[in-house]
Amino acid sequence: MQVTMTVNGEEVTKEIEGRLLLVHFIRDHLGLTGTHWGCDTSNCGTCVVLMDDEPVKSCTVLAAMAGGRQVRTVEGLEVDGVLDPVQEGFMQCHGLQCGFCTPGMMLTARALLDDNPDPTEHEIREAISGQICRCTGYSTIVRSVQWAANAESESPVTVGGAS
Amino acid sequence: MQVPAPFEYERATSVDHAIALLERLGSEARLVAGGHSLLPMMKLRFATPEYLIDINDLHDELGYIRVEGDEFRIGAMTRHRELLESDELAAAFPIFRDAEKVIADPVVRNRGTLGGSLCQADPAEDLSAVCTTLDASCVIRSSDGERVLTMHEFHRGPYETAVEDAQMLTEIRIPIRPNGSSAYEKVERRAGDWAIVSAGAAVWMDGETISDARVGLAAVGPNTTGIGAISEALRGQVPTEELYATAGGLAAEASRPSADSRGTEAYKRHLADELTRRALRRSVARITGTNGQEA
Repeated sequence: MQVTMTVNGEEVTKEIEGRLLLVHFIRDHLGLTGTHWGCDTSNCGTCVVLMDDEPVKSCTVLAAMAGGRQVRTVEGLEVDGVLDPVQEGFMQCHGLQCGFCTPGMMLTARALLDDNPDPTEHEIREAISGQICRCTGYSTIVRSVQWAANAESESPVTVGGAS
Repeated sequence: MQVPAPFEYERATSVDHAIALLERLGSEARLVAGGHSLLPMMKLRFATPEYLIDINDLHDELGYIRVEGDEFRIGAMTRHRELLESDELAAAFPIFRDAEKVIADPVVRNRGTLGGSLCQADPAEDLSAVCTTLDASCVIRSSDGERVLTMHEFHRGPYETAVEDAQMLTEIRIPIRPNGSSAYEKVERRAGDWAIVSAGAAVWMDGETISDARVGLAAVGPNTTGIGAISEALRGQVPTEELYATAGGLAAEASRPSADSRGTEAYKRHLADELTRRALRRSVARITGTNGQEA
């Protein structure tokens, strides 16, 4: 069957099998390997992408189900060489160690901040609660999202200013 | 890599179209809504439909929460996130928000639907217990029209419902009754997991006494269990700790849990008892405006 969707702003059309999962479509058919593939059971959340601006676990969505929809992957966060504040925050606050969970974490953070520009720590933790960091670096992930929220409200926190 | 067995993908554009596709494609066709129950089953090859009919485009038609007359009507495509965020639903039935907070995680709740959860009919599924507690009814549509079933009639057994070939669950109806409230209690191994045991309670009061009460449990046996004996024991009584203990005892007695990696039979019976007490206590507290802590 043929599927057409918009990925990071560009329309793509491919011939696929109906059973192809979105995560494999993104990685293997489009070559966008920033989206990671982890537990395959919708638990770990490393495969999170945005579909029509909502975070979804792409291991549990068929590529066919994304037909006609807008998909945004980690590659779509940077625009014209400018990093998204979420990406900047993860750099500034050491929001990653091994990096495996990072793409999913950043996309969930992007969706959270689009919905709620000034989230509390609890709201950030709740938003990423379906995603697992194997390095257990949650504190710095939360701080990274807070950094992005502050940057977007144009009152950046002091970099590395954890007391 | 977990990959579903091959199937033909179809996309429905309306409820009538979905039913027409189900009629044409026969018993090997399945509907997929959020896909967070069915796709994992297909990846494990526990489910191998030959045709998969995507009904996500029906969200406009079947994604709603509204009051009509003396009942809430909730469309089968209403997603967990919408159930969680509905202030109207939380005000009438706090049990929904209690339960939705502990169903999976926010990303999964963006996709999963009320109808999909009920049709999966997993004995540990939370919304089946919620709907049982609230005495919900299920609207099943086919080309012959609609029929309305109680949860008891709808839920035939583990992974089995009254939805036959060429039929689909379209709506859940919940009666609104005055002077009532509800609550949901769940114990799980980790955030977002399936219940070890969970208990829903709904209580209606007439002055100082309980005029009616219902309890629905999940994960304590092959069916999501509504326990009539508890309703009988509570009606006409003044709520006290002793009364909650009686109800808890009945819940433990009615449970038929099996031992598994989540716990022993005795532990699950203990949870059925304790969570029933807590859910009843909290429901009553929500009516009387007290704090709902154990006396």
